[in-house]
Amino acid sequence: MAQQLILLSGEDNVAVAIRDLEPGARAETEGVALTVRDRIPLGHKVARRAIAGGARILKFGVPVGVATRDIAEGDHVHQHNVRSDYINNAIEHYE
Amino acid sequence: MLGYLRPDGRKGIRNTVLVAYLVECAHHVARAIATPFEGEGAQLIGFPGCYPSPYAEDVMRKLCTHPNVGAVLLVSLGCEEFDRSGLRKHVEASGRPVHTLVIQQAGGTSKTVEAGRAWLRETIAALEAVPRAPLDPAELIVGTKCGGSDGTSGITANPAVGVAVDHLVDAGGTAMFEELGELLGCEEHMAGRATTPELGAAILEAMRKTAAYYGELEHGSFGGGNITGGLTTVEEKSIGAYAKSGSRPIVGLLKPGVQPTAPGLYLMDMVSDGGVKFGYPNINDTATVVEMIACGAHLIVFTTGCGSVVGSAISPVIKVCANPVTYRRMDGDMDVNAGRILDGEATLAEVGREIYDLALDVASGAPTKSEALGHQEFILTYKAFGPLGPSCLPV
Repeated sequence: MAQQLILLSGEDNVAVAIRDLEPGARAETEGVALTVRDRIPLGHKVARRAIAGGARILKFGVPVGVATRDIAEGDHVHQHNVRSDYINNAIEHYE
Repeated sequence: MLGYLRPDGRKGIRNTVLVAYLVECAHHVARAIATPFEGEGAQLIGFPGCYPSPYAEDVMRKLCTHPNVGAVLLVSLGCEEFDRSGLRKHVEASGRPVHTLVIQQAGGTSKTVEAGRAWLRETIAALEAVPRAPLDPAELIVGTKCGGSDGTSGITANPAVGVAVDHLVDAGGTAMFEELGELLGCEEHMAGRATTPELGAAILEAMRKTAAYYGELEHGSFGGGNITGGLTTVEEKSIGAYAKSGSRPIVGLLKPGVQPTAPGLYLMDMVSDGGVKFGYPNINDTATVVEMIACGAHLIVFTTGCGSVVGSAISPVIKVCANPVTYRRMDGDMDVNAGRILDGEATLAEVGREIYDLALDVASGAPTKSEALGHQEFILTYKAFGPLGPSCLPV
């Protein structure tokens, strides 16, 4: 099976999808084995383990934001459940 | 490598003739002058504002005497506030051919365009006589920039550029990184890489200014495609962007237009001093590319995940694509496919070496994709900067 995730640092509680992942997919890399619960596009983050609301999100071994609610293993980790410690934009972006 | 030797001893990697408008009202005339000579090295730059700007006057002086520039034609409407004779004298003193056309004195659009094209025709022919001289990697100044970042940028292209930056610095060359709004979260680490404690303190002060500035704007240097591409917060984007700086010590802190005084790695502070007067510090990627060129960058290494197509006037832009899917869709615009790292086809070290080798090829005259496609993006708007602190430049 081609690799689907990378773990950038052993301390991280998120892994990064290196291809698009669909809900229900098993995804593994060294130190990570999980079932994906949401659609995770290439470059997006998936919870490597359960993350409590208020806990730091760790990527590259450094904090990149704070969980705004409880996050389950396999969940998509993005703006719906994480805020910045620095600046949260006053104007929302559109897609 | 052979460079174009300028009278001040600096060497360029291109031999461009700039046509520079000094207010938006002269933009069309300047473009009409330059367009027929685009294939022969003529490029268009300018400042749109009518009101005084010491920042813009300084950046225009640095750009018009950049080592990649051989001659300059200034196009003025006539009644704008820009100090056109000051700029002309500055370029003259650098030993370059320079000429000013004032539309109101020359008799309007058609007469100015005719006179401008005649001057360009003669000047471009004369520029063939600019002497060439051997150019060592130690004489190169390279700027780094990311634009249209996504969740792959910080994993592939940016750290690969960091490897290339380390190669350049180890060869005795000069590199710079910038965009303090995209380095929030990295301040302590950057300060720890400074060659002196005083420089580290100056970096922390610049980052405090940056946090306050973007806080007042209520909008970080983050959004749109960054979010669609998987980046959740500005500090997450920052960690990835910071990887472009490689691992060598930071020897200085520049402001736009300040020239490095010794080789090594520099951070460029591009956030206006004195608070939010003129809006966003980086209204787009090109704004800070222009500022690095004003600091003397011969070429720019530009990473993208979502897929930017920009090039630049004056200095060639090497495009490094982070995302393998984007690369396959837009390979005609991309010079390097760093997405191969995710596909398991190349290592970070290999792609970093490829970027460094390509930078030397481009410095030797090989056109980048954006150059060959005719990209010459340029923008300069209002900002304000105080003088550099006493410990910002290496002694």
